[in-house]
Amino acid sequence: MKKLFNPKYLPVLATFCVLVLIFVFGAIRYGNQGFLSTYNIVSLFRGGAVVGIAAIGSTFIILSGGIDLSVGAVIAFTSMLVATLISPELGPGWHPAVAITVAIAVGTLFGFLQGCLIHFYALPPFLITLAGMFLARGLAFVVHKESVSIAYPVYEKLRDIKIPLTIPGMGHADVTFSVIMLLVCFVVAILAAQFLPIGREVYAVGGDEDSAKLMGVNIGRVKIGVYTLGGFMAALAGVIATTDMYSGNPKGFEGYELDAIAAVVIGGTLLTGGSGYVIGTLMGVLILGLIRMVIDNEGNLSTWWTNIFTGLLLLLFILLQLVLVKTVKRDKS
Amino acid sequence: MSKLYDEYRRLRWESALAQLRWLHSLIGPVIWPLAALAILLIFNIVFTDNFLKIVITDGRLSGYLVDIFRDGSAVMLVALGMTLVIATGGVDLSVGAVMAISAVVSASMVTPSWLESALGPWAVQMFENSFGMWLAVLIATSLIAALIAGAWNGFLVSVLRIQPIIATLILMVAGRGVAQLICEGQIFTYDVPQLAYIGKGTLIGLPFGVWLVGLMIMATYLLTRRTALGLMIEAVGDSDLASHYTGIRARTIKFLVYVFCGFCAGLAGLIESTNVSSANANQIGLWYELDAIFAVVVGGTALTGGRFLIFGTVIGALLIQTLTITMTIQKVPPEVALIPKALVIVLVCLLQSQTFRQKVFGRFKKKPAAALSAATPANSAGGEA
Amino acid sequence: MSNTPAEQAMLQVSGIVKTFPGVRALDGVDLTLRRGEVHALMGENGAGKSTLIKVLTGVHVPDGGEIRMDGKLIQPTSPRDAESQGISTVYQEVNLIPSMSVAENLCLGRFPKLVGLIRLGAAKKRAREALKRLDMDLDVSRQLSSYSLAVQQMVAIARALDTDAKLLILDEPTSSLDEQEVDELLAMMDRLRKEGLGILFVTHFIDQVYRISDRITVFRNGGFVGEYPTAELPRLKLIGKMVGKDVAALETQEADAKARHGRAVAGQTLVKAEGLGRRNTVHDVQFDIQQGQTVGLAGLLGSGRTETAKMLFGVDPADVGTIKLDGEQVSPRSPREAMRLGFAMTPEDRKAAGIIPNLSVRENIMLALQSRRGIWYRLSAKEQRELADKYIEALGIKTPDREQLVKNLSGGNQQKVLLGRWLAIEPRLFILDEPTRGIDVGAKAQIEKLVGELTEQGMSILFISSEMEEVARTSDRVVVMRDHHQVGQLEGEEVSEHAILNMIAKHDSSAGKEAVDV
Repeated sequence: MKKLFNPKYLPVLATFCVLVLIFVFGAIRYGNQGFLSTYNIVSLFRGGAVVGIAAIGSTFIILSGGIDLSVGAVIAFTSMLVATLISPELGPGWHPAVAITVAIAVGTLFGFLQGCLIHFYALPPFLITLAGMFLARGLAFVVHKESVSIAYPVYEKLRDIKIPLTIPGMGHADVTFSVIMLLVCFVVAILAAQFLPIGREVYAVGGDEDSAKLMGVNIGRVKIGVYTLGGFMAALAGVIATTDMYSGNPKGFEGYELDAIAAVVIGGTLLTGGSGYVIGTLMGVLILGLIRMVIDNEGNLSTWWTNIFTGLLLLLFILLQLVLVKTVKRDKS
Repeated sequence: MSKLYDEYRRLRWESALAQLRWLHSLIGPVIWPLAALAILLIFNIVFTDNFLKIVITDGRLSGYLVDIFRDGSAVMLVALGMTLVIATGGVDLSVGAVMAISAVVSASMVTPSWLESALGPWAVQMFENSFGMWLAVLIATSLIAALIAGAWNGFLVSVLRIQPIIATLILMVAGRGVAQLICEGQIFTYDVPQLAYIGKGTLIGLPFGVWLVGLMIMATYLLTRRTALGLMIEAVGDSDLASHYTGIRARTIKFLVYVFCGFCAGLAGLIESTNVSSANANQIGLWYELDAIFAVVVGGTALTGGRFLIFGTVIGALLIQTLTITMTIQKVPPEVALIPKALVIVLVCLLQSQTFRQKVFGRFKKKPAAALSAATPANSAGGEA
Repeated sequence: MSNTPAEQAMLQVSGIVKTFPGVRALDGVDLTLRRGEVHALMGENGAGKSTLIKVLTGVHVPDGGEIRMDGKLIQPTSPRDAESQGISTVYQEVNLIPSMSVAENLCLGRFPKLVGLIRLGAAKKRAREALKRLDMDLDVSRQLSSYSLAVQQMVAIARALDTDAKLLILDEPTSSLDEQEVDELLAMMDRLRKEGLGILFVTHFIDQVYRISDRITVFRNGGFVGEYPTAELPRLKLIGKMVGKDVAALETQEADAKARHGRAVAGQTLVKAEGLGRRNTVHDVQFDIQQGQTVGLAGLLGSGRTETAKMLFGVDPADVGTIKLDGEQVSPRSPREAMRLGFAMTPEDRKAAGIIPNLSVRENIMLALQSRRGIWYRLSAKEQRELADKYIEALGIKTPDREQLVKNLSGGNQQKVLLGRWLAIEPRLFILDEPTRGIDVGAKAQIEKLVGELTEQGMSILFISSEMEEVARTSDRVVVMRDHHQVGQLEGEEVSEHAILNMIAKHDSSAGKEAVDV
């Protein structure tokens, strides 16, 4: 295996293979049940939209060597904020544009504060975002104890933004607003990771923080930046969730942080930071969705197999990275 | 004569000082969580009627203070196992899922329909005919399931050397699936008073679960502090390479703390589910890993490993439970109670952070540690003599 | 001392004071560095070299004094700011990001941009050009970690030079390089000097100072000792200035040590290693260690010294050959097993593999004995105290009390704690891997003395050091290693630094130059 290709691409390549394998498996097994339809493919993306958008934030945070457990709670919180601010009965009845702006600003501020605590006081990200999770979840219930539905004319229009998509032989489906946003976010994030100086600095901080500092990277800017981005993406995911479900839910989105982390790891990003690709996270989200889809299609397989398969995939990718890191070390000596 | 008296006074003084020092070494590290607990208790004493009142009804004590111990026992138990894991520089995210597994195993094994389909008619017969033995088998099985889960985590961390957060994340995600797989997605509810005794029974006035947890705490304390195990764990947590060079079986110790943590979680799962005589694989132990980590860290054990404080963990767990009960008394919805929990974590983290202390208290305090590291060679030799 | 006209000096540091709580790290030090010279900054640990570097690179702000660059007063506030003033630094450990590409490592923090976006092509081109200045041609899109440490070091230098540097600070750049790589680095320094760059060279290796530097500045205990042209300062004098002892004292010390070699050692053979080897590390090592004998393991860095010690102590067990203890074959598979055989070892990497930083002195000292006793037989509090006090006293460990955390002690005292830890189990064979690295001269002498005392009491010692002179001074017999092989042994009267170097040199012409030089 003499440098046929750069080993740093191997995890993401493995992710791609798993994605294709599951897809082909599903296509062969459930092809006649409409697995290969355009509708099915679009709904795969649609199902992953909220987690996917939030997982972009998690990707950068994990690349920088941190972790974010507050994702699910922040999604719930911002979805509640939007729904309640729009509602004339429970809230002030603001225009959705204003409500969305406020919700996103609050989510971003939330991430920013977490980042500040982590950076300035050298606190473990694991604990701070754990506290953040408690706080955001609690705040979601402070906003309102029950789920709040949204009925606003402008919001209906948002729902009508869709691109009709027809794949020859696979039928027709509408690409919803949430899917469009998912794809737009990923394209922007992929470009930012590769072409923005601060994107590369995130990798540098995750690779070796002390060195990065001596190389003139502003650690604080990077660290606070990734958590702020994490807050922003989670808030955006919360807003997107409301456009898809027409409601905000304080109890919902539990465990989304784990899905996001799982998607990042299955996407080939090293949990210790410094190595990985944003595109891998998108594939990770799709893999999680595909597993669910396959289990649904199987019929007699129960839902809990989703958890077990996700766990097994995590194990697989962690072991793969373990082997890779070891080979790289051996090459060096 | 007066010389003798002086000597006597000096000795008295010294022993008093030694006692003070002992007290300081006990309380010093947990002063902040202890203070927080005290404030909460005082708040309750002032604003809650009968907060301190303990009455005896049907031979059992009841009252808010008893509730704190009863409701907090499972978290305390999980946190106990977590303390040792965190002391080795690890963390176990799967404890909630492990609780669910052991709870589900125990509940399934007293459900005849499940026994019939999963194990066969012999199991049903045994359940009905030799019940006592079956009960023992059942408890053993559910604890063994938890031990296996712990061993799996230990294997990933100590043999494959996977980062603990990641290694235990696997079981955290998959564990509940496994629990549901065992009970086939059903929620078993049973009426077996003997089994329910673990969670609901009363022994000498107190809930049996509280005794069980107290026993585990004592046993853990003795096991770690009366033997050299505690020191070894701290050494491994601080530097496992150096420990290995010193002949300490670092990997074995790491493996064992995860097994122990699994055991604690299993026992906690039993207490938790027998308390309500049912097992819901989706609910048992949900978010307990977070409460347990909270209790450990608030109790003064650093997430980076090394020094651990069992006493601190107990205080931390009591703090959480008192907080929860205070919220209930004040009629705050349980979810909103998460907010003060979050604030306490952040506050305690800040108070334990070196950087924060220097920034806030730096002006008032000398910095003994920093001064020492620089000045040792020169001026500190003659101190003791 | 120096009568350099001010306009010739590029960097002029005068009267720098830096105080940390409880200690004055720099007490009015001066330094004058000219364009186109390699200026060595020498001093023992704690002399203030690294503090001065941190002041120059803006990590620390000085409490007093001034820094002038080309006559202009400067006050660097961060490494980046220092770079913009023309001061670039390369540190001991390669401070780059191994997981990123060479190009990214060279351009991080200063990417060529177009409307805020990185121009990848331009970045690679810039990286190639920066490397070209050092006559290097690498595939810049490959991961840095796929190159050797020496190459990584060169990339770090290329990065430092890429910022219009006028002054390059090299802080112990050679400590992880092998002989040939050091040659390359020194050649490069020479080339850069000719280009007109000023180089501040901080190193422990006295040979290298004499090979490359033009002038030497010596610090001691945070104070300025003097500045000398290299050619006019003999080695022994330099060492004298660094240590603060006069030359005569050093010579008697050496003579004392010489006398030791005359001592007849007629103990029983304790350990016998035969054809010891391990795949990809060391081959065919054989030696005897008698009771009460000090055997030195000498060789250049990477020659297989530490690897041999690790085989013996079971850290990386041998896969061929035999170890005999008292004539019986043993095969320690872990430090634990080795410990049970009566072996002890203080590892080369004291910070990572030696001390347990956040445990107290007492706990660090008792740990090996406790670990041998097992978990169940805990040393009582009284035994612990007595044990700790015994070794604090016997080894002269400077600590306010036994409950002090080991990380707060100085390097020498940490080393003594480790010695105490192992002496507590009364080992039969004590392996000391670089026991004197990075510790001050006083502690060094004490450790050497201790080695002598221990052997007199019948303990056998395997002594490893990269300072050949130290090995020669302490050992009754020296096993010489080179390129993962044993190349010979010296015994009794034959043992001398010169003989060791010659033995290494016999197999290698480049090391021969070195030997003549010494």
